[in-house]
Amino acid sequence: MPYLRAFGSALPARVVDNVTLAPMVGADPAWLLHATGIEQRRFAGPGETVATLGIAAAKDCLSAAGIAAADVGFVIVSSGSAEKRFPGPASTIAAAAGMAGKPAIDLPMASAGGLFGIALAAQLAPRYGHVLVVASEIMSRVVRMHPAGRDTAILFGDGAGACLVSNDTGFAEIVDSVLATDGDFAQALRLDFDAPLYMDGRTIILQASRKLPRAIGEVLERNRVKACEVGTFLLHQANLNLMTRVAQAVGAPAERFFCNIAKYGNTSSASLPIAADEWWRGCEKPLTAPIVMAAFGAGLNWGALLARPV
Amino acid sequence: MDTQTKIVEIVKQVAGKPIDPTPEESLFESGILDSFTLADLVTALEKEFSLKIPDSDLSPRKFDSVARIQAYLQSRT
Repeated sequence: MPYLRAFGSALPARVVDNVTLAPMVGADPAWLLHATGIEQRRFAGPGETVATLGIAAAKDCLSAAGIAAADVGFVIVSSGSAEKRFPGPASTIAAAAGMAGKPAIDLPMASAGGLFGIALAAQLAPRYGHVLVVASEIMSRVVRMHPAGRDTAILFGDGAGACLVSNDTGFAEIVDSVLATDGDFAQALRLDFDAPLYMDGRTIILQASRKLPRAIGEVLERNRVKACEVGTFLLHQANLNLMTRVAQAVGAPAERFFCNIAKYGNTSSASLPIAADEWWRGCEKPLTAPIVMAAFGAGLNWGALLARPV
Repeated sequence: MDTQTKIVEIVKQVAGKPIDPTPEESLFESGILDSFTLADLVTALEKEFSLKIPDSDLSPRKFDSVARIQAYLQSRT
């Protein structure tokens, strides 16, 4: 049985508040907060890369788990903002974090990459034991930091998160997951070579508003869990309004949806494990209720995962 | 009530404000709808007209004006 064992995260030291960001994109700081619900985000410094952030998150996660890097059997790294076509950051992260020689694969998936990585890790854990999932993004370098790119640039931040999935023990058993892809809307959210990130926000919100609640409902229904029985929903931190609407659609109290978007913005695939790490470290008592993770993003890729306390 | 009038009523309902869009007026450009009320609009149309709108049809362009919504609904009958 696969278990959620531990989480980790790494965030750049540079905090960019709305007063700092506003002149870069020709906007008013108060409007930024009103439009996004984001108070600040982190931007990577000149020496930081997707790999360096990922290495720090990986080490943080393994330290929290009390697992030696040498004992990890498989590494999965998701990123939609990696600097190179190949190799992806997985091999660099694995080597630098002490896991050289272990299979390390890249998921070049923005937004939902963290969720897909954890769901795949649950399938791989019976064979590989400890599977480390890292999601790392530097979104500030792929948006257009200019008034013309304002509507997209104001949403994103940088960071990395990690999750260790183990086959022997953990704090919650991964019971099931629902993953899906719909390439019909692949053009709606994309990062082409030599061009800034493009997002058709209306299409993305419309599709996410329908697909996310459906995926959550499906994974709950087939495991006979009611939404009101779920203790915590950990979602890709894309948009505060979207999370509120997903809560309404699935019939769960909004306060059960952990939210830290105000502090970090949308860190794409890293946002789910970053949120999970913050939530997990803040848990004062052992879990007594199921957890649902869910994400939606470019591809379109989306899904939901159910874990039960042990 | 004819289809166009029903559509206008639904748009008013989801927008939550007293509006009177012309058939060709862009509901987005005029500020009547935004990304989130668009999702509400689609749900309300499904309920009112007893149809299931597939995800493949969920392109904002199809729902950008009363006339386009009407054309879409006619294409489904």
